[in-house]
Amino acid sequence: MLIKKRPSWALSHSEITPESVYLDRRRFMGGLVAAALAGAGVPRLVDAAALPVQGESLDYAAMPGFSTEEEKTPYEDVTRYNNFYEFGTDKGDPAKYADEMSVDPWSVTVEGECGKPGTYGLEDLVRPHDYQERIYRLRCVEAWSMVVPWIGIPLADLLPRFEPNSRAKYVYFETLYDPDQMRAQRSLFSTIDWPYQEGLRMDEAMNELSFMAVGLYGKTLPKQNGAPMRLVVPWKYGFKSIKSIVKIRFQEERPKTTWEMIAPQEYGFYANVNPEVDHPRWSQKRERRLPSGLLSPNWIETRKFNGYGDQVAHLYKGMDLTKYY
Amino acid sequence: MAIPLLPFRILVFVLSCMPFALLVLDIVTGSLGPDPGQTVTEALGLSALQLMIATLFITPLARWTHWSGWIKVRRMLGLFAFFYASLHLMAFLQFILGWGDLWATFTKRPYIIFGSLAFLLLIPLAATSTKAMMRRLGRQWKPLHRLVYPAVALVWLHFLFQARSDITEMVVYGLVVAFLLGVRGYWFGWRSLVPLRIPKRA
Repeated sequence: MLIKKRPSWALSHSEITPESVYLDRRRFMGGLVAAALAGAGVPRLVDAAALPVQGESLDYAAMPGFSTEEEKTPYEDVTRYNNFYEFGTDKGDPAKYADEMSVDPWSVTVEGECGKPGTYGLEDLVRPHDYQERIYRLRCVEAWSMVVPWIGIPLADLLPRFEPNSRAKYVYFETLYDPDQMRAQRSLFSTIDWPYQEGLRMDEAMNELSFMAVGLYGKTLPKQNGAPMRLVVPWKYGFKSIKSIVKIRFQEERPKTTWEMIAPQEYGFYANVNPEVDHPRWSQKRERRLPSGLLSPNWIETRKFNGYGDQVAHLYKGMDLTKYY
Repeated sequence: MAIPLLPFRILVFVLSCMPFALLVLDIVTGSLGPDPGQTVTEALGLSALQLMIATLFITPLARWTHWSGWIKVRRMLGLFAFFYASLHLMAFLQFILGWGDLWATFTKRPYIIFGSLAFLLLIPLAATSTKAMMRRLGRQWKPLHRLVYPAVALVWLHFLFQARSDITEMVVYGLVVAFLLGVRGYWFGWRSLVPLRIPKRA
């Protein structure tokens, strides 16, 4: 499906990174504690056999400037604990049902205020670019977070190829709408007006952190994580990082976003991670870094802009972030 | 009908224990996923609601089946509902809040307020569930225990106000609760649904 497959003689990602070491440690710890039946400090007493990383291997360059030393969330958690409401509202639903979606072939429609609108096949979109690995924190608006090694291309490299003009103040993104493939789009009592829609201000989209991911843990994206192509905007709450993108539109007016349409008092357009602004239903001061334990929950303090203030705070200079939440 | 009561009560007891046993099993086998606190809290809350609904099914079941055995397990079901509701509250305080942010949580968040009020209503019901209390309260006991009607309505609101986008599950539970309250209104008059109203002595 995706080009840039890793040649067969190359070492696979899991062979060269500490990930397998990490997984082994988890298994060891899990077994140890299961035997002791203590469990106070361990997320899971018996760890299910570590899930092998699925997908096609990708060739990429590590990006030390866009990485973190924080412990990565294990692959099985990244791929089995998801919010992808097209497949259901349960965290396990996407992993269960995303296989009903076909991602090959895949095309993305580009339209609006730009010089090169059109429908592009996935390969045409990614071919001119070299993949990078970026290890970003992902902070969900629901007060949990992960650390995910994404593979993809900077949005600032992708978007200029469509030659957005001077009226392009915002960029709008849209997820696939296909109730035949996405079972929760058939739900009678969903308040979401499908398709899922998101957007960024042009300067946000062109920020060096904004990323179009096509993979994670060194391989192509699992469907439940938004295959084949999804946004990753690490200083914003996770719902901004729209999955399975089929449309990109440049426009002058600020787009309305899906969550803003459902509950504008809860989810704003900007949705910057901000511990000072509570969600009306819960505090945003802290987050549970996953995997979290039952008896020793992995609470950490939430940082403004999810810790990416140095890169993005200037975008919001002079703005009242309690008003533009 | 000659259905032996003791095995029936044991069966209901075992079934009521099942959600708790399954949670313990999940904890021990590590199948709660990466955010076990959230999972446990939600599961306990849902069990509490389901058991409250089970208590509300007793009267209709007794009437439809002409079997009074149902009535004999209602207290047990109610106490199990209270058991799960208590654990649910403790789990929320411990796993979700971490005992922080208490004031804002219990004054500002509507779904928490609904859930807390429901729990407060359940306390006197659990406390007066014994035979001795039934005797002591006499004719006041039944009107007091009709507090379960506003309690279940509050629990449903507590559930509904947590919905993010899809309310299918809430609609289903709401229909069941509405049916159970409606059938009482139809049979016994709508005033019979008003809690704490003590009928005049004939």
